[in-house]
Amino acid sequence: MLELDAITAGYERGSPVVRDAHLTVAPGEAVGLLGPSGCGKSTLARVAALLHRPDAGTVTLDGRPVTGWRHRAPREQRTAIGVVFQQPRLSADPRLSLRDLIAEPLRATGRRGEAAATVSELSRTVGLGEDLLGRRPHEVSDGQLQRACLARALVLRPRWLVCDEMTAMLDASTTAALVAVVEEYRRERGAGLLTVGHDRVLLERWCDRTVRWEDVTTA
Amino acid sequence: MTTPQNARPAAPQGPAPAPAVAPDTADAGARARAATTAPATEAAVTIPPAPHENASRVAPGSVPSNVRKTSGSPRDGTPGTPLLSVRGLSVRFRMRGGRHIAAVADAGFDLAQGECLALVGESGCGKSVLASALLGLLPGNARTAGSALFGDVDLLTAGERTLARTVRGRRIGLVPQSPAAHLTPVRTVGAQLEETLRELTGTQKHDVRRAARAAAERAAFPVDHLDRYPHELSGGLAQRAATALALVGDAPLLLADEPTTGLDRDLVDRTVDELRRHVDEGHALLMITHDLAAAERIADRVAVMYAGRIVELADAARFFGTPGPQHPYARGLLNALPERAFTPIPGMPPELGDLPPGCAFAARCTHATDACAAQPHFADGVACHHPPAEERARA
Repeated sequence: MLELDAITAGYERGSPVVRDAHLTVAPGEAVGLLGPSGCGKSTLARVAALLHRPDAGTVTLDGRPVTGWRHRAPREQRTAIGVVFQQPRLSADPRLSLRDLIAEPLRATGRRGEAAATVSELSRTVGLGEDLLGRRPHEVSDGQLQRACLARALVLRPRWLVCDEMTAMLDASTTAALVAVVEEYRRERGAGLLTVGHDRVLLERWCDRTVRWEDVTTA
Repeated sequence: MTTPQNARPAAPQGPAPAPAVAPDTADAGARARAATTAPATEAAVTIPPAPHENASRVAPGSVPSNVRKTSGSPRDGTPGTPLLSVRGLSVRFRMRGGRHIAAVADAGFDLAQGECLALVGESGCGKSVLASALLGLLPGNARTAGSALFGDVDLLTAGERTLARTVRGRRIGLVPQSPAAHLTPVRTVGAQLEETLRELTGTQKHDVRRAARAAAERAAFPVDHLDRYPHELSGGLAQRAATALALVGDAPLLLADEPTTGLDRDLVDRTVDELRRHVDEGHALLMITHDLAAAERIADRVAVMYAGRIVELADAARFFGTPGPQHPYARGLLNALPERAFTPIPGMPPELGDLPPGCAFAARCTHATDACAAQPHFADGVACHHPPAEERARA
């Protein structure tokens, strides 16, 4: 279970963006969180991905309460969650080739040896050709870069996926392709998914359950 | 309007208006701002920026130009002469090692007053390069062919002076992709509106504040927000501020490059409805987008672009309703929508620097045959060797 209980989070003291939010994702379940721009849903997604420490409330991951966020989270918890962000340009190091970008989580966890095999298999899964892997982010389109970012999120085989507006910048066909990759991975591994967005039609089509922001929080 | 020379040209054939105020410096600033939204992100290629060179041209005849006719505005039913007439437009980028990238090939369409044409396609298909070509904002390594007639001006051959003094902002208003990046961060929206008013319409100093309020109201930008800086605006308000700037010169043609990217659905609908209102007031709008829902909401006609070519040009109601799109790519694109089949088109778009000699979509197309090794001609609104009737018989 990925449980967010009474989460209050924000960036400035005294003015939280998220107030008293409750959200639970069961293993293997796909939950879509719907909300308008600027409501705080991305902040809640960052809390769930252990990337932003909440001011109050508890996050429980597979039965263990989370005590540290970002680099303070234990590696076992950190690597259990894969994250895909809205803007691939801002979430990819411009100096890395796509191959290195996808392999970075392996390198960071001391599993560099597996990189070659895993990256070529994963890049096929997400639909990136061998010739694209040698390029750097400025040499590929948004859609191609987001495919690489999705591969990067999957490379450690996480039990949980957090997708924050993963498809907002993409065209219809790339959106459908990336959602298909996520669903294929979840079928294979039984991973749970929290996806955040404002496109009701997309989330209802994609997820087992969609929740509205108003029903999650009291802010 | 404050000055007569900037009134909307009633007859597109009339001589190019010669504005009294023609500040090259201000236009260069606006250009530099506009250039930040130029093709680098859209095309999957690196284009070294060389904004002060004007794109030169390919030798005539290097690209076949098959002229096609399209009707005028379907809404008001007045065909007349089109405001913008694009024929055989091609853009190639010369890259290192003598390679070439064919970003746009043989594009042709007409656009009438009071009409909205939506140009749709996947990212990296050349949509934004086409827009940059119309504004003369291509980098120096670009070569263009064909023609884009706006009244008596060919936008592709016109000199920088003509473009800066009579076209950008005056005949073509640009609604940019990311308004927050388009606006100068260090000045308020009001100050930017006033500058644009002074430069484009010659509004005198004592009138400029009132004129700025009027300009803001035209784009439904709240006048009490004029003293705000761009970072203090929400995405929707920044979009309206950028639209207000685009409308200042009373340009008959509006060019909107992905105006709804990253906005949520309500905001997309509002932005699109506002743009539609300007169309209904008589502007022509070329909207470049990958958002099919937005295109459906606003467009009179739809042009589908794939790998630099327009593969289908259709009436919007027929395209989104029955009988639906004719080109297999366009049908695949619609079927990828979550409210439809939600199935992606297999494969990826080809690299613009390495296009096959025949139909660029053949590698991803379920209907491809040997005939697809040759480039299909654009006829009856579609460029495909397999017209739909034949396909249905085979399916």
